[in-house]
Amino acid sequence: MTQTHALLPTAKKLGLTEEEYFKIVDFLGREPNFTELSVYSVMWSEHCSYKNSIVWLKTLPKEGKYVLAKAGEENAGLMDIGDGLAVAFKIESHNHPSALEPYQGAATGVGGIHRDIFTMGARPIAALNSLRFGSISHKRTKHLVRGVVKGIGDYGNAFGVPTVGGETFFDDCYNINPLVNAMSVGIVKQGKTVSAIAKGAGNLVFIVGSATGKDGIHGATFASEDITEKSTEKLPAVQVGDPFTEKLLLEATLEAIESGIIVGMQDMGAAGITCSTSEMSAKGNSGMEIHLDKVPTRQANMQPFEILLSESQERMLIVIEKGKEEVLKAIFEKWDLPCVQIGTVTDTGYLEYYMHGELVAKVPAKSLVLGGGAPVYHRTYKEPQYLQETKKYNPDAIPVPQSTEEYIKIITFLLSHPNIASKHWIYEQYDSMVGTANMSVNQPSDAAIIKVKGTKKALALTVDCNSRYVHANPEIGCAIAVLEAARNITCSGGIPLGVTNCLNFGNPYNEEVYWQFVHSIKGMKSACEALGIPVTGGNVSFYNQSVMDNVTVPVFPTPTIGMVGLLENLREDRMFMGFQKEVDFIYLLGDVNEDMACSEYVYSYHNVKYSPAPYFNIENEIKLHKNLYELIQMRLIDSAHDVSNGGLITTLFESAFVHGIGFSVEVPANIRPDAFLFGEGQGRVVVTVPEFNKEKFEKYCTVPFIRIGITTGRNIVEVKNYIPYMSFDIFREAYFSFNMD
Amino acid sequence: MKFGIVVFPGSNCDQDMVDGITYFVKQECVKIWHKSTDLQGCDVIILPGGFSYGDYLRSGAIARFSPVMKEVIAFANKGGIVIGICNGFQIATEAGLLPGALLRNTHQKFMCKNVYITPTHTQSIFTRQMHKGYTYKIPIAHAEGRYYADEDTLKSLQDNGQILFQYCDEEGKITNEANPNGSLLNIAGICNKEGNVLGMMPHPERALDLDNINTQGEWVFLSLLNQTYFLR
Repeated sequence: MTQTHALLPTAKKLGLTEEEYFKIVDFLGREPNFTELSVYSVMWSEHCSYKNSIVWLKTLPKEGKYVLAKAGEENAGLMDIGDGLAVAFKIESHNHPSALEPYQGAATGVGGIHRDIFTMGARPIAALNSLRFGSISHKRTKHLVRGVVKGIGDYGNAFGVPTVGGETFFDDCYNINPLVNAMSVGIVKQGKTVSAIAKGAGNLVFIVGSATGKDGIHGATFASEDITEKSTEKLPAVQVGDPFTEKLLLEATLEAIESGIIVGMQDMGAAGITCSTSEMSAKGNSGMEIHLDKVPTRQANMQPFEILLSESQERMLIVIEKGKEEVLKAIFEKWDLPCVQIGTVTDTGYLEYYMHGELVAKVPAKSLVLGGGAPVYHRTYKEPQYLQETKKYNPDAIPVPQSTEEYIKIITFLLSHPNIASKHWIYEQYDSMVGTANMSVNQPSDAAIIKVKGTKKALALTVDCNSRYVHANPEIGCAIAVLEAARNITCSGGIPLGVTNCLNFGNPYNEEVYWQFVHSIKGMKSACEALGIPVTGGNVSFYNQSVMDNVTVPVFPTPTIGMVGLLENLREDRMFMGFQKEVDFIYLLGDVNEDMACSEYVYSYHNVKYSPAPYFNIENEIKLHKNLYELIQMRLIDSAHDVSNGGLITTLFESAFVHGIGFSVEVPANIRPDAFLFGEGQGRVVVTVPEFNKEKFEKYCTVPFIRIGITTGRNIVEVKNYIPYMSFDIFREAYFSFNMD
Repeated sequence: MKFGIVVFPGSNCDQDMVDGITYFVKQECVKIWHKSTDLQGCDVIILPGGFSYGDYLRSGAIARFSPVMKEVIAFANKGGIVIGICNGFQIATEAGLLPGALLRNTHQKFMCKNVYITPTHTQSIFTRQMHKGYTYKIPIAHAEGRYYADEDTLKSLQDNGQILFQYCDEEGKITNEANPNGSLLNIAGICNKEGNVLGMMPHPERALDLDNINTQGEWVFLSLLNQTYFLR
């Protein structure tokens, strides 16, 4: 060791605390050098170590009858879908890079999550995303939207995996700090998966894919601090994506797995070579000897810490059996990709990094990782002040609309609201059909229906989170997000299998933010337990808040739920969201309450920013899901679409617009009409029933229901006493005309 | 008929085409690696969609130098049937198999959605089972699909009946609004003068599966095989 010992101030600059610094000294039995300090700083960053969240994440349900790889075991969750196949899925954030450089930030977010899937041996078949932006009138929003959408599109389209679903939501709280959450879903034969593990002393360690550059150094550390106006100075912390290389890497990697020579493999995302070498070694109770000078680099004279920390994209670390190197090299040569041996597996438990034969860092692998030596913190929390405001909400202070004109105005306002209006201006920029497995192109359902080729099965995929509800009540709001995702899958004819989550919150050292986090986890736990499904993994993104003029504004707590469901028999099970034919009866299933708390109507139209979470009864909601599934299986209904943002009227119009079939409905006499039409009380689904099934349907529908009307001739709408019998063209125009690109 | 699907690095619709030909068109189908020079005795060669070589430099510009392309060009020159879909169309124009070029969409964006096309005539082997005046719903997915050629070329395309498909509205009207990318004359697909090479931007292989509630892409393949229907 020839480097001088780095001291405490350097550690602090790298984001480590004093306590953490001395913990490192303890592990090493000496002071670390700068390279070692850098390694600890990224591995112990929030992004890699989950040090401030793991205590609570561990309370989430992990078990389930379909689970093949539990949360934390592999790069992504893995669940059994029968036919000898498994589905691998995960969602991840790329918020901080996207805030600075939206195009590359979003693109590499997509690339990174796909690598998590195919590093396990699964071929990605679908991508989804969940996006949050600031107010549409904020000066940066348009720039961010354009960049993020183009980044997701350019990467996913070229990589050749369809983007099949997503959500986009605008609110002032995301003005500086947008959220970009990307989800990938892949299919793998059971028994053909690969683990992120290094074992067998003498086995060979290869780096494959792109050369290593100076991009993204300290990206993980950067993702673990507040975004400020000065953050643009950290631009080198944002990586650059190359979907073409990723596509080659995918094909070469899957071919290498097929060849049977792979011992273990891990993609390089956050913290690059450091993270992959340490996690693979720790998992296999091994060590590694790595020669950094052998790593192909883009620039000359890269320092050891730069090579170790680089987050250059489209790279993998592969451990293969000794003696099989020619097999691996031939495969990567076919795909014209670099493939270089950089080290060997050892049984020392130490990571030994060399540069030109000189040892530049030596650290125990286990001391770096989550579940090993990485710190674990119990944070304190307290109920946020603002929740007092929600208690002052008084629905009686909200005037009931008085005229037809006012109803038309409100409906037009809601349908054209950026949070509700059609997102075709976004999703048409994504290739949604490559792979020819997306069955929702011509007949959409509440979740995207993706065929599992070679079987009768299909997956139902969705991402959901109404962060306005979570802000109003983290526990209920997060449970709603889980149930809404499940509702979307049920409305599509599927059975929910499992959840992947992306937990976007503010600074965890802020006790009010941490309170939101803790209560969101509690809500997620109870909701998943009620559904009997596990959380198979995901990612935590703290520090999503902006410091503007010295005022800290955390984003709405946004625990995005990605959910995968299964249709055993695509042709028989699937259900559509669009009205299918004229003169079907329209029923509203579920609890009907005079509730409009937290609705877009109250929040955006009436500008009442604080109100409690909407009505939610988890037991009744689960009963609804079960019954709806039975009704679909009995083939009694023609369409099913849940009530969510924008309330019942939005649901009806969304179903109407699919095939241009209108509706005529009635508002029950005993309820505020605006609450009935625009309220967002949970646990409700609109179904249509052909006349000849009416009696049977009413017999087998075991949850509360009301018949609210019928589907009508083309493009006709009527809400008796409120909207006269008229063409729905103006509403269609409102719904489809919003476009900020 | 035996179909060969050429796989370039960055092709991403190759497997979709193999699936389509195998399961719905029900013909023998093999993949041909771009470094190969053996067309494996195929009757039809398809250059599939995707982003060959990442579309770096210019769409299709690098792929045409792949070893396989020399064989494909020779095959086409001998009258062999060659079909370029999307990126394959771009490669075919770059390789000189088809006249003109595909430029960036006028709206400058990638666009993926269903469009309607109508056959200009039904004398071609690629349209002979279609009906003039009918519309066919087939998806597009591209950023560079604006067909462009100089006036003389356009005139000769028209004179020789080489324009095979035009973008239209649901009723079959060839309008500006129905043109998704700014193509001259709403051109969605053309053939060479001899009629054995087809290039089209829409993806017929994406409209074959009954489960996806749209099988109108099959009319291109029905024409090719001169059949009136596929058994499902």
